[in-house]
Amino acid sequence: MKNPTTTSGWLAAILVALIASATVVSAHAQKTEDSLYRDLGGLDVLTKVVDDTLALALADARIKDTFKETDMKRLAKLITEQFCELSGGPCKYSGDPMKEVHQGLALNNMQFNALVEDLQAAMDKSGIPSRTQNKLLALLAPMQRTVVTK
Amino acid sequence: MTYTTGRALRRASVIASGAFMALMSTAASAQTASTAMTPDMGKLMATAGVVQVEGAGGGGLVPWATITGYGSRDSYGANVHYTYVGTQDYKLASYGVAVGIADRVELSLAKQRFSGSLAPLNNLRIDQDIYGVKVKLAGDIVYDQDTWMPQIAAGVMVKRNNGIGGLGAVTSVKDLGARSDSGIDYYLAATKLFLDQSLLVNATVRATRANQMGILGFGGDKGDRYQAMLESSVAYLLNRQWVVGAEYRMKPRNLAADNEKDYYDAFVAWFPSKNLSLTLAYVSLGDITIYNPKRQDGVYLSVQAGF
Repeated sequence: MKNPTTTSGWLAAILVALIASATVVSAHAQKTEDSLYRDLGGLDVLTKVVDDTLALALADARIKDTFKETDMKRLAKLITEQFCELSGGPCKYSGDPMKEVHQGLALNNMQFNALVEDLQAAMDKSGIPSRTQNKLLALLAPMQRTVVTK
Repeated sequence: MTYTTGRALRRASVIASGAFMALMSTAASAQTASTAMTPDMGKLMATAGVVQVEGAGGGGLVPWATITGYGSRDSYGANVHYTYVGTQDYKLASYGVAVGIADRVELSLAKQRFSGSLAPLNNLRIDQDIYGVKVKLAGDIVYDQDTWMPQIAAGVMVKRNNGIGGLGAVTSVKDLGARSDSGIDYYLAATKLFLDQSLLVNATVRATRANQMGILGFGGDKGDRYQAMLESSVAYLLNRQWVVGAEYRMKPRNLAADNEKDYYDAFVAWFPSKNLSLTLAYVSLGDITIYNPKRQDGVYLSVQAGF
């Protein structure tokens, strides 16, 4: 590259990218097994968050009809187990695989995100900070591939 | 660029704007005809980004791989925006409309007006139209949290400089040394959201001949070739409504009359709802012409409304 300022521009940009990736990697390294579970507030808070989420979902015109055939009590128990296990807590998800349980529901992206928004509102209600909420959402987001079939 | 290609470009942009209007009216009538085409606002808050200074979905200065609007892949979204950039001696006002279709294709139209406030450039006025198309190629900014795969999109910006006013005999950017008054930018953008860190990182490579984004024309006495420019953004999600970040945008130096500098900004964006966003930034644009060597720093304010 002929222009020295252009070269330094590229270097500056690459440096910014490297620093950003280093932050991400080191933050990963510092994490202990159950730190997210503890940051979320443990099983009591997770139970309340899931109950609140499902209450919001049943009042949410975008998705309430998808729970018509659902045993809501059992669903709450299973989701709580799942969140607890995913965040590193002492639980074991006892439900069927996500793909199986969502088959035939023909859920779309908007509905998947609607439940995410209800979960965010429920976590707000329990005073969970945004950065902690996002850590849980990061673990749930890839489920879109098996949950959304439409 | 030759006279013929310049004319072809002008024609292409007329056709593009016609198609744009047709699309908007089709979308509007389809909306009344069928509830299936009601915009679903299916994306999560802020994940569609804002609209950048050339009208494309992105940050403030940099186009991102995100498709504008809140329509999911089963729907569509659209927005209008007004952006004001004010430095010591210049200002840039732009407005436009953008549509996102099926979270796959983005069409945008922006009109920019650059003006001066310091004599002898206090009557300076340069207008530019920008037609943009962007296509998402791979990845998903939200769902790909378990891989390093970013969302990737390719885009073009067709730019037409409408000339210079308030500068006496100088009426075209060609009089300042630019080779042509229209040009096309091509870009490839990769945007990665690290939800686990509430951090968004974007890298865009743009092939361009534009001087000051095209406001001072395309190509020049120092160079007329396409050059690859890197543009990057880093943003931190404070929560669902507030995002802070910084951007860097590399620039070519084609004009002897313009010692063009790279752009920087630091921004805060506020999303009171999915229908409205406000972006406030501090921008550094460098010195715009050799006739006024003062570095131009100032404020960037953008308001966007849509769905």
